[in-house]
Amino acid sequence: MNIFEKFQSAISNVLSNKLRSFLTMLGIIIGVAAVITMVSVGQGMRTNITSQIQSLGSNRLTVRPGFSRVPPGTGVMQRGEMNIFTYDHYLGLLNAQIGGIKAIGAQASTNKVITYEKEYTRTSIIGTTPNYPDLENFKTSMGRFFSQYDLDHMTRVVVLGQTVAEDLFGNVDSSIIGKKVKIGDVSFTIIGIMEKKTSMGMDRGDQVFIPITTAQKRITGNKYLQTITVETKTIEDMDSVSDYLNAYFLRKFDNDPDKFDIMNSQDILDTVTNVTGSITLFLVIISGISLLVGGIGIMNIMLVSVTERTREIGLRKAIGAKTTDILSQFIIEASVLSLSGGLIGIILGILSSLIVSKVSSWSTTISWPSIIYALGISVAVGLFFGIYPARRASQLNPITALRFE
Amino acid sequence: MSEKSVTPIIDVRELRKIYFLEKIQVKGINNVSFQIYPGDFISIMGPSGSGKSTLMNILGCLDTPTSGQYFLEQEEVSHLKENQLATIRNRKIGFVFQNFNLLPKLNAFQNVELPLLYAGIPKTIRREMVNSLLEKVGLSQRKYHRPNQLSGGQIQRVAIARALANNPSIILADEPTGNLDSRSGEEVMEVFQKLNEQGKTIILVTHEQDIAFHSKRILRFRDGQLEKEEHVDTPRKAEDFLQSAKETLEAS
Repeated sequence: MNIFEKFQSAISNVLSNKLRSFLTMLGIIIGVAAVITMVSVGQGMRTNITSQIQSLGSNRLTVRPGFSRVPPGTGVMQRGEMNIFTYDHYLGLLNAQIGGIKAIGAQASTNKVITYEKEYTRTSIIGTTPNYPDLENFKTSMGRFFSQYDLDHMTRVVVLGQTVAEDLFGNVDSSIIGKKVKIGDVSFTIIGIMEKKTSMGMDRGDQVFIPITTAQKRITGNKYLQTITVETKTIEDMDSVSDYLNAYFLRKFDNDPDKFDIMNSQDILDTVTNVTGSITLFLVIISGISLLVGGIGIMNIMLVSVTERTREIGLRKAIGAKTTDILSQFIIEASVLSLSGGLIGIILGILSSLIVSKVSSWSTTISWPSIIYALGISVAVGLFFGIYPARRASQLNPITALRFE
Repeated sequence: MSEKSVTPIIDVRELRKIYFLEKIQVKGINNVSFQIYPGDFISIMGPSGSGKSTLMNILGCLDTPTSGQYFLEQEEVSHLKENQLATIRNRKIGFVFQNFNLLPKLNAFQNVELPLLYAGIPKTIRREMVNSLLEKVGLSQRKYHRPNQLSGGQIQRVAIARALANNPSIILADEPTGNLDSRSGEEVMEVFQKLNEQGKTIILVTHEQDIAFHSKRILRFRDGQLEKEEHVDTPRKAEDFLQSAKETLEAS
């Protein structure tokens, strides 16, 4: 009896008891479908978040005060000093001509009321550098962003975010450009409106942008800034530039690494990948439990089947079936059950992840590895849980088996 | 015919089989010796508990004796391992049982095919062999019927065809007519007698005197021992019985 004939006979045996076979497979079907759906949702989630992070700008290093950190051994979040970076640090970096750096930006932000005639709103005032739109991947939709000239001459120009513009003017159109608004007591001329943008679920329209030099002189009244953003030429430059920045600020801050934080957009991406990876793994483990339960179901039914077919086994042995013949017969039967359960589960899993992507906003990604993994697991489950019943069958004594009622 | 051949096909010497039923020692058979020659037609008779089933299991290589020797075609088989015994059962012995003779989910063809499958015979040859075997027992027309679509006599004839599959020298039949009416029983016996004429050695376990008289020699067992061995001078011919039954039917 070759392997093909053994499979044929196993399949016809499985088919001869359709309802029972289907119910036995159900555990595997659900498990495999769940694994495939979960993996595809998880991967879709990762793709979504990754593309969102990348839309913030890639190859970015952000230097911020180390104001929120947990000192070792305390377990308590401490708020450090906010105001440590100055415009001089920014200029120092700019003048250092570090290789691998494409652009450097700085931000000093505060909250102020902005007024146009009788309308007013409280918003974030961001003092920054002219390269902000490029660094943040956030452009103007009308008018222009301020220039190096504005920065150098501390001009009083402002670029409004969409939400702020709507709050102050109702309709947002090009007539707004050139109008004057007050930030605090200081009058500014509107030169541009930013495009609509949300990143990571946050509206970025509730901000206005002015030259950082103007902000320091007229609004905040101090020399501090909160963030220095560095864009490198390539991803490969990130590590060396990050090291350079670290050394640079250690020098500035008496070798105290707690004073500042360097955030790497790649690190954030890696963190997100890690987190979504863990979530996916968690989901896969949970659906894996269903596979395990399915496997136990197969074992259970195979044991029942061995008992039911005791006389058949006796007869087969009497007419010359060897121990291995009986063993392989039952193992193959268990594998046929789990394998066909796995195949049905794969089809269901693909269907359900398509449905998930249609119904929700998640885009799902069906991956070959998850299909192969699910198929492999289901075969392994069949083999593993089939061995014990098959061994029991093969070791039956033919005489007792034939006499079994 | 049996006396002509000098080498017995089955030669058992001082065979013993001891069982333990709930720690109590039970003697299945005790010191049994006899020979069976090629072409013999033997009936093994005895009341229940006489050890005839135990003997049948040992002769059929389903079981091994506690002590003693069993030569099957001059090969000592009493101490072989399970897998070697399986091969001997497959090649040298054809079984016909009283109950549960066929696998209920397989049709006649597939049932007869089974021993050939286990013998590893290729498909095309197998098909030819099964067809000719079914023809031999007169069931070519019922090839694709399942056991529940066959009569008791037909089931036993399929079982005989299966027993013949690997052309064994010995047919071992355990109460093959036990569940049959006398007419179907005679039909089955007719097949056995024809096979015996063709040279097959047949061993029949039965408790029916009438059936035993179809054979050439009767071994009577009691309390695990061979009590008496008798020759049947003129075995009953199943053919004659069937012929007269047919005539009676036509006359009425």
